[in-house]
Amino acid sequence: MRVLLALLALAAPAAEAAEDVVLGLSQDQVAITATFDGSKILIFGAVKREQPIPDGPPLEMVVTLSGPAHPVTVRRMSRQFGIWMNTDSVLLDSAPTFYAVATSAPFEQAMNDGADLTHRVSIDRAVQWIGANMLDSNAEEFADAVIRIRERAGLYRTLENSVIIDEQTLFRTEIEMPANVTEGSYQTRIFLTRGGEVVGDYDTVIDVRKVGLERWLYNTSRENPLFYGLMSLFIAITAGWAASALFRFARG
Amino acid sequence: MQVYLPVAEVSVNAFLLLGLGGMVGVLSGMFGVGGGFLMTPLLFFIGIPPAVAVATEANQIVASSVSGALAHFRRKTVDLKMGTVLTSGGLVGAALGVAIFNHLKALGQVDLLIRLCYVVFLGAIGSMMLIESLRSMRRTRLGVAPVRGRRPMFGTRLPLRMRFRTSGLYTSVIPPVLVGILVGMLSAIMGVGGGFIMVPAMIYLLGMPTKVVVGTSLFQVVFVTAFSTMLHATTNYTVDVMLAVLLLVGGVVGAQVGAEIGTRMRAEQLRILLALLVLGVCLKLAGDLLIMPAELFTLGEGKGR
Repeated sequence: MRVLLALLALAAPAAEAAEDVVLGLSQDQVAITATFDGSKILIFGAVKREQPIPDGPPLEMVVTLSGPAHPVTVRRMSRQFGIWMNTDSVLLDSAPTFYAVATSAPFEQAMNDGADLTHRVSIDRAVQWIGANMLDSNAEEFADAVIRIRERAGLYRTLENSVIIDEQTLFRTEIEMPANVTEGSYQTRIFLTRGGEVVGDYDTVIDVRKVGLERWLYNTSRENPLFYGLMSLFIAITAGWAASALFRFARG
Repeated sequence: MQVYLPVAEVSVNAFLLLGLGGMVGVLSGMFGVGGGFLMTPLLFFIGIPPAVAVATEANQIVASSVSGALAHFRRKTVDLKMGTVLTSGGLVGAALGVAIFNHLKALGQVDLLIRLCYVVFLGAIGSMMLIESLRSMRRTRLGVAPVRGRRPMFGTRLPLRMRFRTSGLYTSVIPPVLVGILVGMLSAIMGVGGGFIMVPAMIYLLGMPTKVVVGTSLFQVVFVTAFSTMLHATTNYTVDVMLAVLLLVGGVVGAQVGAEIGTRMRAEQLRILLALLVLGVCLKLAGDLLIMPAELFTLGEGKGR
């Protein structure tokens, strides 16, 4: 399934910036439905400028998409009595459930280290910052584990060279999301850079919602568990009875 | 076709689930077992979180046991009084089981508990079945009739004795209540009906006649797993009804096919096959516990310790 996100409305122009991002949302929701197996968000727009394209290094872009942040318990296994089991745990106050960063060039070329530090753009910086108030000395290992596990699950991703810029003006990028993304407001940041320095930025929010049956089942199971439990029993018993009745009927 | 399971929060191929349901259904039809003890570990293997697998299996078992229980009820092969005693123990056991489950979940050890329970019980039952069926195969070859004692083992000497007319027993309610508690706990922790413990316990421990054993066990399973399902749904939110229905539809059809196959094979051969299968699943689970995992870290919800 493919979700188009057309970004068209006017951005509030930043006072001094010579170059600005023009975009907006004609559809600001991403839907997760019954057959959801991941979704692509297409972000596109244009760079607005009052003067000719400046000389010097070409325009590069960095786009980040960040899901709602939740606390997360990280557990580490070790061998006890010959069996691998969870032995230590660290609670990270807050880690984004989804984080993608897309760039128009290799990351170091699109954004220098100083700008990355200021804006917390790369995955390591974005996640470390959110879980920063950990006192434990080995907590870093646990924070690294969050990044590693979520990168493997496709929840954290760095997409270098994936923003396409035409004539230093029009841009578009696609960001894939896996099926188990969390519902909520996804903070979207777009940085314009030249020679690694940020020359303009733009923020917006994309609303990601599960829709249809899935959403209803998930929400009911959390908000009205007694009803959900009884319903599950009823549905399962009916389905089991119907399947066996049908099968008997089919065999005459 | 990928389906997104809303509570398990994973995308799985629908045909894989129907196929798994069907395969376990065939086996349960062939061997006359519930199949929960095979389905739950298979769900772990395809990436369903163990807590969701257990709760969802409880839901599925209710559904697949109802029709069997009704059939036995119509044939009057259910000892309602004994069933009620076992169920009352079972409800207490299920509540205890879910309490243990939730406590260990908070400690991050629930996956370990489930896996350990499976390794122990599958290992014990698989080897017992294998030995027993090899022995009975040898006996059939030698032409010796199997010996079956039919007397309550402890019940006649304990207090709180009751008359169970359908089973033709006059025995204490303490052993059946204890059996009920044990099976209820296992049902809640492992996501099984518990027939594989209940049936032998009824025959050898409680001394019930074989003709009422299966019906009474099913009667008890329906109520106890329904209760477990409700407890898991209201405290852990781990019942995935979409997963349950897909497994069930495959399972019901598979069970009918399996019953056909079962009638064409010799009982001992069937039991040896089942025993080997149970041992195979047990070894795979044990291997997962003993071999160093590729990823030593796991993520959980943020409450924890």
